Amino acid sequence: MNIWLVMLIGGLITFGMRFSLIYLFGKFELPPTMRRALHYVPPAVLSAIIFPELLYRANQFDVSLGNTRLLAGIIAIAVAWFSKNTLLTILVGMVALVALQLW
Amino acid sequence: MNESRKAFWDGVRAEFPLLVGVFPFGMIYGALALNAGLSTLASQMMSSIVFAGSSQFVAAQLIHDSAPGLVIIVTIAVVNLRHMLYSASLAPYLKNLSLKWKVLLSYLLTDEAYAPSILKYEKDGVTKTSHWFLLGAGFALWFIWQISTALGVFLGAAIPESMPLDFALPLTFIAMVVPALKNRPMVAASLSAGAVALIAYSLPFKLGLILAALTGIAVGTFLEARQ
Repeated sequence: MNIWLVMLIGGLITFGMRFSLIYLFGKFELPPTMRRALHYVPPAVLSAIIFPELLYRANQFDVSLGNTRLLAGIIAIAVAWFSKNTLLTILVGMVALVALQLW
Repeated sequence: MNESRKAFWDGVRAEFPLLVGVFPFGMIYGALALNAGLSTLASQMMSSIVFAGSSQFVAAQLIHDSAPGLVIIVTIAVVNLRHMLYSASLAPYLKNLSLKWKVLLSYLLTDEAYAPSILKYEKDGVTKTSHWFLLGAGFALWFIWQISTALGVFLGAAIPESMPLDFALPLTFIAMVVPALKNRPMVAASLSAGAVALIAYSLPFKLGLILAALTGIAVGTFLEARQ
């Protein structure tokens, strides 16, 4: 599919969700279960991306010391956990990966 | 009119501290989108067409992985579902505005515009000019997002190919997820989604990603209901 079409449809859907309940006020409310479920969307989607990014190399499952992305990722997870600082996490993770690859 | 202008600038000012955090993000997005294979123009335009940070990062990742268009669209939709919460939460304060205003403010409704605006509404309630505050906060963020994307696209072109820049994407996601893991349902949602993503990795069209996300959402919601 054309990338512009993907962006356009993705943008329309995003706008539609932002507009939806402002527009429908008084006619429709979010059911409590859905309200609850929405809080879990970001961690679920992002974890579903993170895990394979760290654990698959060239379509192979790889839990070894040779998997530099896994090691750098674990370091980044630790930095994120203790510092809660986004930019520091990205910076340390990148430096760790470059250093591990050189080493 | 003067009062509207004052409310608008109050909104811009309230947005300021958030802009400091958003600026480097816009730059990283711009550089990564280019690196993921989007054209300069497409990288820039995604920031105004989709205008939702984390979904733009995810889209860049999927484009980098050559995922099919439909999967990218579904994923953008899932990542941005949370905006319905903001929409629901602001709706009572915006109910008397014209359709034009509702459309404009909806387009500008990001995490960062929502945060100071809902505080303002909860404190001061609806006034004649309160929507100008939301407009100010939303516009300030929109403006900075476009500028920082452009700068990132510009600088991204100068970063050498040998740099493993694509790794900054999962790192960005780690930085977003880890601080949110504050209770058991959140941790379970994250781990179950990750586990399913690993098991279902070989499914075609990146469908494993969507299956994994839905599993994580279901697990988190179920555990929270049981508590």
